[in-house]
Amino acid sequence: MISRRDFLQVSMAASALYGASGFGNWAKLAAQQALTQDQLLEFDTFGNVTLIHVTDIHAQTKPIYFREPEINIGVGDNKGAVPHITGAEFRRLYGIEDGSPSHYALTYNDFASLAQEYGRVGGLDRVATVINAIRADRPDALLLDGGDTWHGSYTCYHTEGQDMVNVMNALKPDAMTFHWEFTLGQDRVRELVEGLPYAALGQNIFDAMWDEPAAEFPPYEMFERGGTKIAVIGQAFPYMPIANPGWMFPDFSFGIRDENMQSMVDEVRAAGAELVVCLSHNGFDVDKKMAGIVTGIDVILSGHTHDALPEPVLVGDTIIIASGSNGKFVSRVDLDVQNGKMMGFRTKLIPIFSDVIEPDAEVAAVIDEQRAPFEAELTEVIGQTDSLLYRRGNFNGSWDDLICDALLSEREADIAMSPGVRWGPSILPGQDITREDIWNVTSMTYGKAYRTEMTGEFIHTILEDVGDNLFNPDPYYQQGGDMVRIGGMGYSIDVSQPMGSRISDLTLLSTGEPIDPAKTYVVAGWASVNEGTEGPQIWDVVESHIRKQGTVSVSENTSVKVKGV
Amino acid sequence: MDFTRRETMAITAGAVALTVLPFRANAAVDDAINAFTGGADVADGGVDLDAPEIAENGNTVPVTVSAEGATAIMVLAAGNPTPGVATFKFGNLAGSQYASTRIRLAGTQDVIAVAQMADGSFARTSKEVKVTIGGCGG
Repeated sequence: MISRRDFLQVSMAASALYGASGFGNWAKLAAQQALTQDQLLEFDTFGNVTLIHVTDIHAQTKPIYFREPEINIGVGDNKGAVPHITGAEFRRLYGIEDGSPSHYALTYNDFASLAQEYGRVGGLDRVATVINAIRADRPDALLLDGGDTWHGSYTCYHTEGQDMVNVMNALKPDAMTFHWEFTLGQDRVRELVEGLPYAALGQNIFDAMWDEPAAEFPPYEMFERGGTKIAVIGQAFPYMPIANPGWMFPDFSFGIRDENMQSMVDEVRAAGAELVVCLSHNGFDVDKKMAGIVTGIDVILSGHTHDALPEPVLVGDTIIIASGSNGKFVSRVDLDVQNGKMMGFRTKLIPIFSDVIEPDAEVAAVIDEQRAPFEAELTEVIGQTDSLLYRRGNFNGSWDDLICDALLSEREADIAMSPGVRWGPSILPGQDITREDIWNVTSMTYGKAYRTEMTGEFIHTILEDVGDNLFNPDPYYQQGGDMVRIGGMGYSIDVSQPMGSRISDLTLLSTGEPIDPAKTYVVAGWASVNEGTEGPQIWDVVESHIRKQGTVSVSENTSVKVKGV
Repeated sequence: MDFTRRETMAITAGAVALTVLPFRANAAVDDAINAFTGGADVADGGVDLDAPEIAENGNTVPVTVSAEGATAIMVLAAGNPTPGVATFKFGNLAGSQYASTRIRLAGTQDVIAVAQMADGSFARTSKEVKVTIGGCGG
């Protein structure tokens, strides 16, 4: 039996080889302006099992720009721990040279200028090339999709996820788990899952009425690869009916259910599994906590919180892999499994530099086929931007500032609210904004822009409630996502305080006056989880606003004061 | 701009019942525990209480309790206006000391289970269940 000390030594050896994922090498190559596909894919095949992880693609089939967050605060035990390290500190931690391709791929600084140099990222035709190259090394590699795949674009909305199912089928995954897929509605999810040629997993997807495992979603699938029995256990997003509209999938219940996870691990071990992989949509901090509670999981492939980490995080004997979002990265995880034990690993987070990696012609054709019926609508130019438009960040992003501006002016509101989701690509200064771009940051099945009245006290309640979903020191009480974005109002937040005491200094920006708890304000927002919400679709509101502006400019948002970091 | 009263109601319904602060345990909880235990000492642990960390629907929260060798298990929702939920009694012929039900929670609060063991001793455990407005998953 391998001891913890041996295990660490094995992993240190792996780190020395690949833990830094060739970062120093890349920086040199960048200096030479000679980044090539071969170098991105360079990997000494290791052990006897290979896993390929993609997650949180959010229906981004084409290359995009995607800026990583500047503000990503960790609380409790995760204060100052990855993935809550950003920018220069992140680069120092992993030995990434400033201005290098990894700087561009993994951190936010100088994003617009580095984007000019290194170009777009992602594109599932490029992802296909990477997957094919890994399969050339290891033909029986397992391809695992962490979910949030059938959501997030114009074509995905209009085909109710069919475009993504068709494209993913061309990539031939072995298993998948779920989150936003359920917002297609339970009937559509059942229909798509029924036709999937691969496993649809979720040990925590339960029948809501009987509180029993849901028949449509098996907890795990057993594979035999390289003479090794591998169990892949699915873990869907635990808080779907809370973070998303539960009325769209009333037959299902979720939750973390770590006791059932332990039972499943014990069950697959008893059935002879030599390697136990959890394909998770928990979010990174929840996965870290779960890894400390559930014993016997070798690898957690982590999704939901969109973190991209160049090295695995080790919790006990479990390694956690975080593979980013929006098609920007593919993780390759090579494992040495001997006598029912994981003896070592070698991993690489492969950034999909679209201009460097050759598109796979077959998958490119499938993608274009899905887009063809909508090409005119997708490519229509609505306006231009002077500013970098991005979404990621705990408190605001310039895309959300623009959406809030659109809500304030188009819906004639005092205050605007935009959900703190983490999906949606970036747009560079000087770029056209097409209809597709707007849908990439707004598309959802409950996107109606409501207009309502709320008291100051209720607005405060909402901010405290969402704040606790993000900054509760116990990850099991966090839902992932970011703070609700606010337009027309400023506030202070002390992230170190308990719920009810974090939010203060609510100020109406138009007058500079404090928000009166007893007074009523007109609030416009979108993505309400309540059934029967009425209003125009948010993408129409944003399109109308951008058309009127012609060229949009978003100034720096200083209306949220953060304390207690 | 036009918006109807009906729209407003649809959006805010369901959320207005919530308050910011977790409901605190009140004197009625101590009274109920004292009545159950007769004032005897209560050890921490020894009872399994399974409830979600965050309720999917505060109106019907699944709760499971078990304690090997218990003769009775009392369940309390510490923050409800009436904390008492149920007391499950297990006779000599009970195959297991296990009960499962669904309860309504007025807001974020502790759910408490107190078990009376066959030897007359008592044990308790509690778990915080969060009831949230939700709506912003990544």
